[in-house]
Amino acid sequence: MSRPVLSIRDLKVEFVTRRGVLRAIDGVSFDIARGEVLGVVGESGAGKSLTGSAVIGLIDPPGRIAGGEILLNGERIDDLPAAAMREIRGRRIGMVFQDPLTSLNPLYRVGDQITETILAHLDVSAAEARRRAIDLLKEVGIPAAERRIDGYPHEFPGGMRQRVVLALALCAEPDLVIADEPTTALDVSVQAQIIALLRRLCAERGTAVMLITHDMGVIAETADRVAVMYAGRVAEIGPVRAVVKDPLHPYAKGLMGSIPTLEGAADRLVQIPGSMPRLNAIPRGCAFRPRCGSAFARCHIERPEPLRVGEHDVACFLYAQGAPAEPAAAGPGTEARR
Amino acid sequence: MLAFILRRLLQSVVVMITVGLIAFSMFRFVGDPVNQVVSLDTPREQREQIRKAMGLDDPVPIQFLNYMKRAAQLDFGISYQFRTPVTTLIGERMPATLELAFAAAFLALAVGIPMGVYTALRRHSVLSSFFMTVSLVGVSLPTFLIAILLRYVFSVQLGWLPSFGRGEVVNLGYWTTGLLTLSGLKALILPAITLGLFQMTLIMRLVRAEMLEVLRTDYIRFARARGLRTRSIHFGHALKNTLVPVITITGLQLGSIIAFALITEYVFQWPGMGVLFLGAVQNVDIPIMAAYLMLIAFMFVTINLIVDLLYSVVDPRLRTSMRAAT
Repeated sequence: MSRPVLSIRDLKVEFVTRRGVLRAIDGVSFDIARGEVLGVVGESGAGKSLTGSAVIGLIDPPGRIAGGEILLNGERIDDLPAAAMREIRGRRIGMVFQDPLTSLNPLYRVGDQITETILAHLDVSAAEARRRAIDLLKEVGIPAAERRIDGYPHEFPGGMRQRVVLALALCAEPDLVIADEPTTALDVSVQAQIIALLRRLCAERGTAVMLITHDMGVIAETADRVAVMYAGRVAEIGPVRAVVKDPLHPYAKGLMGSIPTLEGAADRLVQIPGSMPRLNAIPRGCAFRPRCGSAFARCHIERPEPLRVGEHDVACFLYAQGAPAEPAAAGPGTEARR
Repeated sequence: MLAFILRRLLQSVVVMITVGLIAFSMFRFVGDPVNQVVSLDTPREQREQIRKAMGLDDPVPIQFLNYMKRAAQLDFGISYQFRTPVTTLIGERMPATLELAFAAAFLALAVGIPMGVYTALRRHSVLSSFFMTVSLVGVSLPTFLIAILLRYVFSVQLGWLPSFGRGEVVNLGYWTTGLLTLSGLKALILPAITLGLFQMTLIMRLVRAEMLEVLRTDYIRFARARGLRTRSIHFGHALKNTLVPVITITGLQLGSIIAFALITEYVFQWPGMGVLFLGAVQNVDIPIMAAYLMLIAFMFVTINLIVDLLYSVVDPRLRTSMRAAT
């Protein structure tokens, strides 16, 4: 396999507050290959979006990258000066935000926002930029693109606006797109269209995608691989089929167990007991230990590092040597079902 | 859009008629207007003649109608003090007040907006804290005190600028301007600063607050994620979005600058409408007061109309809602 488009090594992000330093991301590592879609899932506050912001270099103070490396096509980008990073943003990494209604500047024509982005990154004439903008709008499925290009954002419905945002993210042909909950703010009927569009556009261009969401359905349909994040760490990462069908980490099990299925209609949905710890109260040892039904002595003392188990990488001592019992039988999902 | 303008014009007319009613009723409140014109020993018949000539024996609604008719033709009667048509008196003094007011407003915008942008972008710099402190002085010091301080420093101590008057003026037919002579410009500086300082600090604080608000929005974040230049994000995307409230406040403030230039004009003996109005109040010169009232109302109405039209220039969303509303 060739070099990954994005490679994150032991990333740490901290927030310096008056009460001390809070570590929001603590040693996250993963790769995304060319043309691959990596889904990143987890509860709110698990550090999904923050990881995305770190990659594109948009962590606002008091947050800061405290350690680790981010490599784009093998080049380190987390320590670049601001001007160099700006050239990477939009050009080599595109971004799609959650809410298309607020992502576009209401006072500028849609076309002007696209051409402005193209002109900021590519050495083309204004006329050429406009031509490309129209082509892009056509490609993302805006009807009558020649006319709509001179419309203002408020003249587009939500789904159309997210299409425009996609066009903006892709207009300089980036190598990587970070889509941060791109469908959360949209109608269910439109969500599938946008996801399919994102998938198609990126597949055609060979663009790698980091798809941040907490919609497991979206992940199952779209992603090639999935990373489950918990309390600023990657709990489990692996091919989407393996992780969704046969999760190993107790947290991932709980997460997958809480997806409603068509067959098991009558039962209550499974819940993971408790809630994610706050940043200033992450327990020693494994961060998931207080909520975990299978925790044992070692989980209180040491922090689990990712282990290779089949196709998965899982950060759990149940799969390490010297684990107490048969790991697959335990977990909070089974616990709650009893 | 046209329907919107027409509707606003109609509203403006209603406002002007209401203000006209108030102006008209002022004549009645202060006793018999005939007494204001005649002397103590005028015979009775002559008083009745005058009453008839002034139309004061007509029913009140007819009188009001006539007053408004004349007002619409810019005839506000004859000043009791000066025995000259009020329109001429105000016409002579209006250029002075308007030049002062616009100079003050220009100063407030030209200095206030950049200061607001700077303090928003460099929130923690020393200069920002300095601007914020100075602005506090600007909002809290009363105008007359600022005027006296400025005069003391720049006229009395340093002797750089004249302490009163308008300097040499050039007559351009209907308009006399002090902007074309050096002494006129020098004379304008201190009054304009005095009048504009409060507005300047107000605008600065407003721009700062709005700018900070806008910089937190998603579309600014998205603009950064698109890799646009910081300059174009700050001065294109962010600044344009802060302008709507700034236009509102500037519009309202411009009206009050014109209307309440009184104190500044008085302190600097600026030959504008304010001084004329103060004299009118002292001498119960109702025609001048009534005309001044209507003039100021007219300016507010006009400025508000312009402000509404400017909104739609800046904000495309309002263009649609205006079309929808009509």
